[in-house]
Amino acid sequence: MYAYDELDRTLINERVEEFRDQVKRRLSGELTEDEFKMLRLQNGVYLQLHAYMFRVAIPYGTLSSQQLRRLAHVARRYDRGYGHFTTRQNIQFNWIKLAELPDALAALAEVGIHSMQTSGNNTRNVTSDRWAGVAPGEIEDPRIWSELLRQYTTLHPEFSFLPRKFKFAITASAHDRAAIKIHDIGLRLHKNAQGETGFEVLVGGGLGRTPFIAKTIKPFVHGRDLLSYVEAILRVYNQYGRRDNIYKARIKILVHELGIEKFAAEVEEEWRAMGDSALTLDDAVIEEVRSRFSYPIYEKLPHMPEELKKAARDPVFERWRRHSVFTHKVQGYAIVTLSLKPVGGPPGDATADQMDAIADLADKYSFGEIRVGHEQNLALPHVAKGDLPALFKALDKVGLATPNVNLISDIIACPGLDYCSLANARSIPIAQELTRRFANHDTAELIGRLHINISGCINACGHHHVGHIGILGVEKNGEEFYQITIGGRADESAELGVLIGPAVPFGEVADVVEDIVEAYLALRERPEELFVDTVKRLGVEPFRERVYATR
Amino acid sequence: MTSPLEQKIRIAGPSIITANRTFDGAVIYRNASQGWSTDLSEAAIVRTVAEARALLAESVADDIGAVGAYIAPVEINDGGNIKPGNLREQIRQRGVTIELPVLA
Amino acid sequence: MPLVKNGKIVTDIFVNVPDGVELPGDGAVLVSAARFLEDQEALLRRPGQFGVIWPNNRDVDDLVPWLDRLAVVALVFPSFRDGRAYSQARLLRERHGYDGELRATGQVLRDQFMFMLRAGFDALEAKKQSDVEAFTVTAKRYSVFYQPTGDGRLTALNRRLQQRHSESAAGE
Repeated sequence: MYAYDELDRTLINERVEEFRDQVKRRLSGELTEDEFKMLRLQNGVYLQLHAYMFRVAIPYGTLSSQQLRRLAHVARRYDRGYGHFTTRQNIQFNWIKLAELPDALAALAEVGIHSMQTSGNNTRNVTSDRWAGVAPGEIEDPRIWSELLRQYTTLHPEFSFLPRKFKFAITASAHDRAAIKIHDIGLRLHKNAQGETGFEVLVGGGLGRTPFIAKTIKPFVHGRDLLSYVEAILRVYNQYGRRDNIYKARIKILVHELGIEKFAAEVEEEWRAMGDSALTLDDAVIEEVRSRFSYPIYEKLPHMPEELKKAARDPVFERWRRHSVFTHKVQGYAIVTLSLKPVGGPPGDATADQMDAIADLADKYSFGEIRVGHEQNLALPHVAKGDLPALFKALDKVGLATPNVNLISDIIACPGLDYCSLANARSIPIAQELTRRFANHDTAELIGRLHINISGCINACGHHHVGHIGILGVEKNGEEFYQITIGGRADESAELGVLIGPAVPFGEVADVVEDIVEAYLALRERPEELFVDTVKRLGVEPFRERVYATR
Repeated sequence: MTSPLEQKIRIAGPSIITANRTFDGAVIYRNASQGWSTDLSEAAIVRTVAEARALLAESVADDIGAVGAYIAPVEINDGGNIKPGNLREQIRQRGVTIELPVLA
Repeated sequence: MPLVKNGKIVTDIFVNVPDGVELPGDGAVLVSAARFLEDQEALLRRPGQFGVIWPNNRDVDDLVPWLDRLAVVALVFPSFRDGRAYSQARLLRERHGYDGELRATGQVLRDQFMFMLRAGFDALEAKKQSDVEAFTVTAKRYSVFYQPTGDGRLTALNRRLQQRHSESAAGE
């Protein structure tokens, strides 16, 4: 956990006061909406269908229990008692009043939470692996670098008015849980032959109207050069990114239009011209940031404690454990995923009561720390294995122990037309119906790991392009229709899904998914062959046939 | 960014002007007395491009009170009641189509 | 337009002379980049201070050979959303050592003052009189800065390191 010091807190408070003044000037008419819109977006405030939406930053997805309690307080006091965790490790509140926002922000600032740059044409939350710092085999904790990047990009005077939004993600494990290949800048932390820490830098990933998988611009940038190299990329983008068409304004378009070699050359030229940069990180600075990350003092615990052995006889506990509990790098501990995907529920939401309960459980069982994943679940990253049975009971009581993590009903969905003014169609009811169709846990287990991603419009906030099954809402003659893709992946083998056929109406989506699953079960070589691998092996055709045979 | 007034206006049937209230984001409808109402039944109906343009101009001019005014279709049922003219306006009027996680 | 220079509201002595209009015999003038590049030497020989308005979609490289003879370089924010001039400003100040007046023009709101000052602008032509009057308050709004620019302000990281050194020095 990173400890904010007086300087960090002062900056957040100064930002709150600035926004308070901006809201005052808006409500008095001194600022027009046209002038204010950009300012409110820079503080994560959207105007949606029914109300303002307020997006709060959770830097690299790490929260303390105190912070989570404060989010619960904001949900209760300023909103309708719940929040939504997003595909960028942030949290959103859907019913906030503009006039009350400065107070909500002040309440959050007291615990080191802010909403700077969670929207707008600037550099957004630097996301990372939700298991950072605890995953076995991780090279080093990527959050140190995420924090360095967070500070570097916060209120950057040169890059606060980019052509379009700009998203970073960092991974430090062989298996990429941060989806770096669909980010504007993706960073893969690794060590060179001399054992020095550095990054493979990828650019130009992104979904939306023109999805692209990011390309490697430089295979190794030394850690000390990370910020100066990023500055070179941002400067090239700020100057040459398209500003004539918002659908062509992301860096991915610039990379595509120039070609990666030419783009890399432009960045290299700019970087060389920067010379000896004040941004070069020396060991002292890196150590300074590292020293403010605190880690638990782990106990020496047995690999298989008695409590766990006993509880393993309970099939309900076992099923939950099988899907929710993951190996920790320290013996005797585990990473526990809390599913926010209850059967019939909207994916990724948590009530204020649930948030308080999770905060208490974090204090009791996880050294006061919680993680937010981009797949819209939470995690307790340091649970002693002997505590798992008690934790399960407590989670089950508050509806956070659905044993469906990574299974078909663990759906990622954007808010869709129920909330969002950009949407063409609803996504949450589709997700809800799918969880009902696949509510039987035996069936879900039989199907195995399968990621469904749903987006209510082409902006792809649900990451449908990289879903094993991707569902995209479109509008046809005033009706909601959905395009289905299969075979997408967001990890180190990132790939875009392929369309299986014409869009289907709202009422048929769940049937189509059932047909796809049936086809998979019939076609897989063996039970361990994942859906996404069967698609890779056989292509889209057999699935297309099955789905459209009777449509 | 083109203002709504500069964009081409098309009317396909009875329409209203709707926006969100600035201070709290609530859904509002332009009424016939130079004001706003949260009740769709009080919305002023426009039926021609000229009427729509005039009502929109008046709405957009209220920059302090309202944000993002635009023209939305409605249906008038047999009883003479105004109903939302598409799914999006239905959702804006009635709220989300799903159960909220917490009962208000 | 209301102008703030070096923290004070001042009267703008520069006259913006449109293309095709004859320049006054002397006095401070600003001309477009296009006009300037047609005949730099002649324009610079003119008595009175001279400045160029440089568009935000053109590399500042073409202006670099003349920087030490310009009293003002005016950069443009055609919309407050368009941030290209921030990069131009930093390059002029930090890479090319320009130390004349660097002026922000166009859609300039008080909410960008801090970014502009840090990017190297020392003169701000604000859109609204009320924003110019709020300059002092606005410039004092932030005391913590995360990233280094040419403005010389210490970054938070540097302040922490300094604090550490003084703490360990005190402990000796």
